Amino acid sequence: MKRKLSAWSKTAIIIRREYLIRVRKKSFIVMTILGPLLIAALYAIPIMIATMTEGKRDIEIYDETGLYVDSFKSGTEFIYYPVAGNLDTVKQRFLRSGRYALVHIPATEFNVPVTAIIYSQSQPGMNIKGEVKRVMGKVAEALKLKAKGYDPEVLNSIKTRIVVNTVKVNEDGSEKRGNSEVATGLGLAAGLIIYFMLFMFGGQVMRSVIEEKTNRIVEVIISSVRPVQLMFGKIIGVGLVSLTQVALWVLLTLALTTGVSLVMGEKMQKRMVEKPAITSIGSGVGASAMSSAVADAAEQEDNAGKFQMVMDGLKSIDYYTMLSAFFFFFIGGYILYSSLFAAVGGMVDSEQDTQQFILPVTLPLIIAFMSVGYVLNYPDGAFSIWLSMIPLTSPVVMMMRLPFGVPMWQMVLSLLLLYGFTFFTTWLGAVIYRTGILIYGKKPSWKELWRWVRYKS
Amino acid sequence: MYFLEARNIVKRYTGHTALNDVSIGVPEGTVFGLLGPNGAGKTTLIRILNQITGPDEGQLLFNGSPLQPHDVADFGYLPEERGLYKKMKVGEQALYLAMLKGMHQKEAMAELKRWFVKFGIETWWNKKVEELSKGMQQKVQFIVTVVHNPSLLIFDEPFSGFDPINANLMKEEILELKRKGATIILSTHNMNSVEELCDNIALINRSQKILGGSVSEIRKSYSKQLFEVTTNNQALTSEKLPDGFYIESQIKEGPFDRSTISVKNNMDTPGVLRQLVMLTDLFTFKEILPTMDEIFVDAVRNSNTQQ
Repeated sequence: MKRKLSAWSKTAIIIRREYLIRVRKKSFIVMTILGPLLIAALYAIPIMIATMTEGKRDIEIYDETGLYVDSFKSGTEFIYYPVAGNLDTVKQRFLRSGRYALVHIPATEFNVPVTAIIYSQSQPGMNIKGEVKRVMGKVAEALKLKAKGYDPEVLNSIKTRIVVNTVKVNEDGSEKRGNSEVATGLGLAAGLIIYFMLFMFGGQVMRSVIEEKTNRIVEVIISSVRPVQLMFGKIIGVGLVSLTQVALWVLLTLALTTGVSLVMGEKMQKRMVEKPAITSIGSGVGASAMSSAVADAAEQEDNAGKFQMVMDGLKSIDYYTMLSAFFFFFIGGYILYSSLFAAVGGMVDSEQDTQQFILPVTLPLIIAFMSVGYVLNYPDGAFSIWLSMIPLTSPVVMMMRLPFGVPMWQMVLSLLLLYGFTFFTTWLGAVIYRTGILIYGKKPSWKELWRWVRYKS
Repeated sequence: MYFLEARNIVKRYTGHTALNDVSIGVPEGTVFGLLGPNGAGKTTLIRILNQITGPDEGQLLFNGSPLQPHDVADFGYLPEERGLYKKMKVGEQALYLAMLKGMHQKEAMAELKRWFVKFGIETWWNKKVEELSKGMQQKVQFIVTVVHNPSLLIFDEPFSGFDPINANLMKEEILELKRKGATIILSTHNMNSVEELCDNIALINRSQKILGGSVSEIRKSYSKQLFEVTTNNQALTSEKLPDGFYIESQIKEGPFDRSTISVKNNMDTPGVLRQLVMLTDLFTFKEILPTMDEIFVDAVRNSNTQQ
């Protein structure tokens, strides 16, 4: 008697085929490369835009009042050239100079003139307009205060910035500075990624089952292996593909973002150092300029504070828990949904016929997805807790709640419920699948489906 | 002892019974024909034999002992609904299916190469299935059915969809497998092939076996007492024939007459021959047995009117 392969090694052969045909596909390679590129782009584009300059622009300041000209300080974006003379000759000279814009602040009879005209050969950008407004506004504010008899310093001293820090108190009494914006962002991202992955890879299992039915190869295979072996071989094979994809995404994303921050981060830092330096040059050139410099510095400090808070928030997240929770909730959710998707694939002859059966399967996922607004606002609300316990919605909702901190018992209970429920769905999926794959040409009614479930194998 | 035996198989689906107390026995080294109209229950029986579905009642014996799940490795099954992965390469796919039958990779590879050479298709190894014509795909399907050298082969409608050349090739291969000692179960509508290939048959109609046994005995039992004889011209006329003997047709072939005679009493064949020999010189004598096609139609019609 020849030695034959065991049932287990046959399942392994199925898993290997399902895995290899997918990772060899061009679409897998494209997705693997595109994914991190998209994430890196999301990360890099704001930085790129923030650091992007069109080169320095030459701006002429024709200040008839003499009150503002000193407050225009050349910097990274604009270089200011004070000009004087008759308006017409100034304009003539401006046209010949080829400079970018001419800012004309006309003298008025008011104590504090508040109008300016920008002349430019092309429509000037928003940035120069905004810059003129900002510089003039600060000077005018100080002048008006002075006119009413207040010291501009008083205004600066009463400007108050409220800082709200969120602190997470753990059961053992230790504290952690959190950041609810960061938690919201992370929760949203984790929930969305699980949602899309369940749809994507569950759908792959379904399409693969339909393909075997339409190819008419399924009966050849199940004369060699049990239908359940084929179904699980497929689910495990596609599952391994999904984990491979995620692992590659994580690695490539890390590599890319590290690369991006090495290049971009330097620029960012330079900019942050430059700005306060420029404003400090202006100090000591009169009370008005002084006040604006102080305000600038305060704003800068504010930005730095926000940055620090985000960093604190990011640091406060327990990534080890996040990643392992993602792993376990994704696997559980994937087994649950892919076995149901496999059953749907077994019921029909073509993908067009799936609509009727797919909706009941995906409805809980869609509900989980639509509850995102509520869950992120009330991560500890009763509704959120319930959704994060019910196995059909828990993978998505628990991942949304996680960055806000979830008690250990809830996480363990939710996982137990999820994995317990997968026993039911895999059984249900298998009994429907093994009957459905042998039936061609008609879609079953719900009543027939119930009969399939009761058939003996 | 039968090589494969199904005893009193019952399979019910809600609302109808697919198989009602069906028994078949397949002797070792023979070709067994499973016949019946569409929807009679043939495919259900074949799926039960392949352990794709289980019977509600009844027993399955393989080589004398109850059929076990691991026995499928010794079965080769070509289903009626058959196909291959379109996007997969021919060789890779054949290897995959052979290994699912339990073959080790090296052995499967060697056997497949041998079959590919035998069928003259070794150049297809790296082609994708979708590049092959339907006839070419059928050759590949046949190879993956037999590559693991099974002792029992089950072909469900093997000739459907085959062009005549490939159908003939199939017939020859089936006979060769039989010569090499394999036992074969054949489900088919093609009654000519039943007469050519099958030793025994079972006819299933409306979930029940209505006829079974060896092909020659069944044909004898359906005898209509029709005989063909060749004699000299005008040697046989209605007047000369004894009572109960009738001439159905007579064709002149040169100096000979070929006559078809029906006998309307229960005389056995030697008796008929004796009677005719006494009348004149016989150059040929043979009984015209009904074809399987006629028996099939007759039996099904009878069983339908009985119910």
